[in-house]
Amino acid sequence: MPIRMKEVDVVLVGGGMTAAIVGKHLAEAGKTVVALERGPMRDTVPDFQSPSMHDELKYSIRYALMQNAATQTLSFRNFVGQEALPMRQLGSFLPADGVGGAMVHWNGQTWRFQPEWFRLKSWTEERYGKDHVGDDVTIQDWGVSYEELEPHYDFFEKVCGIGGFAGNLRGETRAGGNPFEGPRQNDYPNPPMKQPLSGKLFADAASGLGYHPFPMPSANQTRAYTNPYGAEMQPCMYCGYCETYGCEHFAKASPQIAILPAAMKNSNFSIRPRSHVIRIEHDKDARIATGVTYVDAQGREVFQPAGMVVLCAFAHHNPILLLQSGIGEPYDPATRKGTVGRNYSYQTMTAVSVFYDGTQRINPYMGAGALGTVIDDWNNGSFDHSGLGFVGGGYIAANQTSGRPINHHPVPDGTPRWGRAWKEAVARHYNSTVTLSLHGSSTPHPGNHLGLDRTYTDAYGQPLGMMTFDFPYNDRLMARHLTGKMREIGQAMGGRSISVSWLADHYSIAPYQTTHNSGGAIMGTDPRTSVVNRYLQSWDLHNLWIMGASAFPQNAGYNPTGTVGSLTYWALQAITGDYLKNPRPLVQA
Amino acid sequence: MSETLSRRDLFKVAGAAGAAAAAGPAAAQTQPPVAEPADGDRVLFFFTDPEARFVEAAAERLIPKDPRWPGAADAGVLFFIDRQLASAWGAGDRMYLKGPWKPEAAPEQGYQLRFTPAELYRIAIGEIGEHCRQAYGGKEFWDLGEPVMDEVLGKLETGGIALPSLPSAVFFETLLANTIEGFFADPAYGGNRGMAGWRMVGFPGAYAQFVDLVDVHGHEYRREPIGIGNTAAREAHLKAHASHMPAPTGAGRP
Ligand SMILES: Cc1cc2nc3c(=O)[nH]c(=O)nc-3n(C[C@H](O)[C@H](O)[C@H](O)COP(=O)(O)OP(=O)(O)OC[C@H]3O[C@@H](n4cnc5c(N)ncnc54)[C@H](O)[C@@H]3O)c2cc1C
Ligand code: SF4
Repeated sequence: MPIRMKEVDVVLVGGGMTAAIVGKHLAEAGKTVVALERGPMRDTVPDFQSPSMHDELKYSIRYALMQNAATQTLSFRNFVGQEALPMRQLGSFLPADGVGGAMVHWNGQTWRFQPEWFRLKSWTEERYGKDHVGDDVTIQDWGVSYEELEPHYDFFEKVCGIGGFAGNLRGETRAGGNPFEGPRQNDYPNPPMKQPLSGKLFADAASGLGYHPFPMPSANQTRAYTNPYGAEMQPCMYCGYCETYGCEHFAKASPQIAILPAAMKNSNFSIRPRSHVIRIEHDKDARIATGVTYVDAQGREVFQPAGMVVLCAFAHHNPILLLQSGIGEPYDPATRKGTVGRNYSYQTMTAVSVFYDGTQRINPYMGAGALGTVIDDWNNGSFDHSGLGFVGGGYIAANQTSGRPINHHPVPDGTPRWGRAWKEAVARHYNSTVTLSLHGSSTPHPGNHLGLDRTYTDAYGQPLGMMTFDFPYNDRLMARHLTGKMREIGQAMGGRSISVSWLADHYSIAPYQTTHNSGGAIMGTDPRTSVVNRYLQSWDLHNLWIMGASAFPQNAGYNPTGTVGSLTYWALQAITGDYLKNPRPLVQA
Repeated sequence: MSETLSRRDLFKVAGAAGAAAAAGPAAAQTQPPVAEPADGDRVLFFFTDPEARFVEAAAERLIPKDPRWPGAADAGVLFFIDRQLASAWGAGDRMYLKGPWKPEAAPEQGYQLRFTPAELYRIAIGEIGEHCRQAYGGKEFWDLGEPVMDEVLGKLETGGIALPSLPSAVFFETLLANTIEGFFADPAYGGNRGMAGWRMVGFPGAYAQFVDLVDVHGHEYRREPIGIGNTAAREAHLKAHASHMPAPTGAGRP
């Protein structure tokens, strides 16, 4: 018999970004809230302090802050019919483990999606006709519009103290900002970051080709700033140890500095670290969740009854927990029926390196997580896809995030992989190379999905989640077209040579790409093709809500967290403004 | 010697090291003296002597000494890898190690061998040694001469040598990755001796505050690199921070 805890009004699964936001606001709405986080407690002091934090081997190579694959991992295959095998060590993406979640060790590149993304199916059909892409591109409308999310984007940017320069202020385009963004009611709360030489070289070449460079919107603070929750943040030091590290300087927006201090002031909110949720309990007949079962630090099973359950466990963990709990109909790629696990998508990344061969001094270690110069001319809503046969797009950026040499030692194509010639090339090019990257969108495909593995189990005896994913044809076309554009910019940057990293033939689970997993518990207007309604409320159990990028019907050509944050506030508005007064399905199926 | 005495000696040594470190940054322009390795620096925790000879010789071919910069051997890469393999990482601490095992998996599915990193090294080095002795008239790898050592490594890289228990390329990629780590990781891990890897590329190490320099385009940065073992830098840092360290959030550190 599991231990039974005292009932709470709300239990949150996870202790990361979305949990911190939901916890704060529901506690302030008078509810007793407990967040169950599988990992340890962490805080800026003492956990993220330098110089110990500035250890590339520990944090960027051995992933000290991330999920322990020995406890939980997933199995992976490229296509239906291939045998899925466990991801035995982290690689392609780095799920968090510990209070604060992935926002502890994120970069802080904070975007709004262009308005077109939220009605991608309708928009594509209206603009390019019904046959522009085949029926294996299972894009969908989200059920929520950019205009509805705009105030929540605005608030999230204020909470995170985003530094940037608006390109579209209430419909008016401003030079120096992103002219392709949706209209915003306010400028960013803070000015943009300082730009290094790499950004200038990119901006000059891109402008010369008629593009519109602007500084990357950044959650690395550009000045001392107090957010709407009263959290005091400090300026970024451009320390170059940002992504995969905690920020020692109180400068990178994370739950620890931006949200939790205010949340913890409520005595009715608490976080229970080292609590790994294994199941959402529910009453099928009453169609409600009754709480969750977790394994505590001592290995005991504990039942936490709750009036409401909010999944905040990160994109792919949310749908996998639903499957492990038998909630909703699992997606079946053979029939294309079922919803849980449907439309799992990711990100499509390529790169171009420009080698200056000693003619420029780049100083790559003077970096920050969200330091970059960007063009958005090739994102989905920015250009004409007629005759191209694909939808989607992405931004092209010269980011300067780190010169940490285990990972960063670029050499031109044709250099041997080891030996004296390699070593000399590393010494020659380390401080004289600029890398551009395409941050491309990911459209869903009927074969790409999340399910449960039948062979492999985690440390708690649960079946592993199973991921089936390869780059769809649509995205290969997109990547080829846009990488070609990026190559032209690279060629115009005045280097001695360039190297192009085209999209790999197949997606691989091994090299790091991004932790921008999405889909699997998507939002929509039809319960046959979505897991949650437009407010992120489960169609099956009305007191179960699901936050995070798992709600994205497709992934855009941007980093996800700005949209995850705004969706969280959008859902909270529905919960506190309506649902709590009269708990029921907010949309009739 | 009584225990108290030896502990006191230990503190004396630690104090001296701290003082030397504090003098480091000020003496920026002069080439620092290459320190004599301390007793513990050449201890092997994992490898046997023949294994160590293989790893040191192979790593030196991957990152050889040149007229300007030390190679993997002088940078202590052997000792870096040895300590890594003796650590929790070498034991597969954070790896998923349950069967069934499918060593013939597609490369896109990542590492699928049964072996922890430590086992991988032990088995692969044994089998490569066997291969060399058979193919080269009883000779050990490290006695083959540079061109032949390179040929053997090249074959391991491309799968041109069939090892009985594992694909040779999996071991080669692990060795190459660990050698690069050992050349560039913080010297506290036993490699990157004298911060040779960092000096070669001009990486400043754990020192990290460039808010005033990041937009000074083309700036020639000349400060000495600093490792995480630099206690003086750490103390200076903590002092600078004391003013805005908030009280703990009270989020329930267990
Ligand atoms: C290295 C890195 C860089 C990134 N950079 C960017 C960027 O620049 N821009 C951007 O937009 N996004 C970025 N991201 C993504 C960003 O961090 C996430 O989008 C964001 O943190 C998602 O918030 P979340 O609340 O959904 O999940 P998280 O913040 O990850 O929180 C989920 C929490 O749930 C816990 N959990 C999971 N399963 C269970 C369980 N069964 N029981 C209990 N607890 C559980 C986890 O331990 C975790 O702490 C980056 C991510 C990484 C890893
Ligand atoms: S780059 Fe800036 S925000 Fe990132 S960890 Fe360093 S100081 Fe913090």
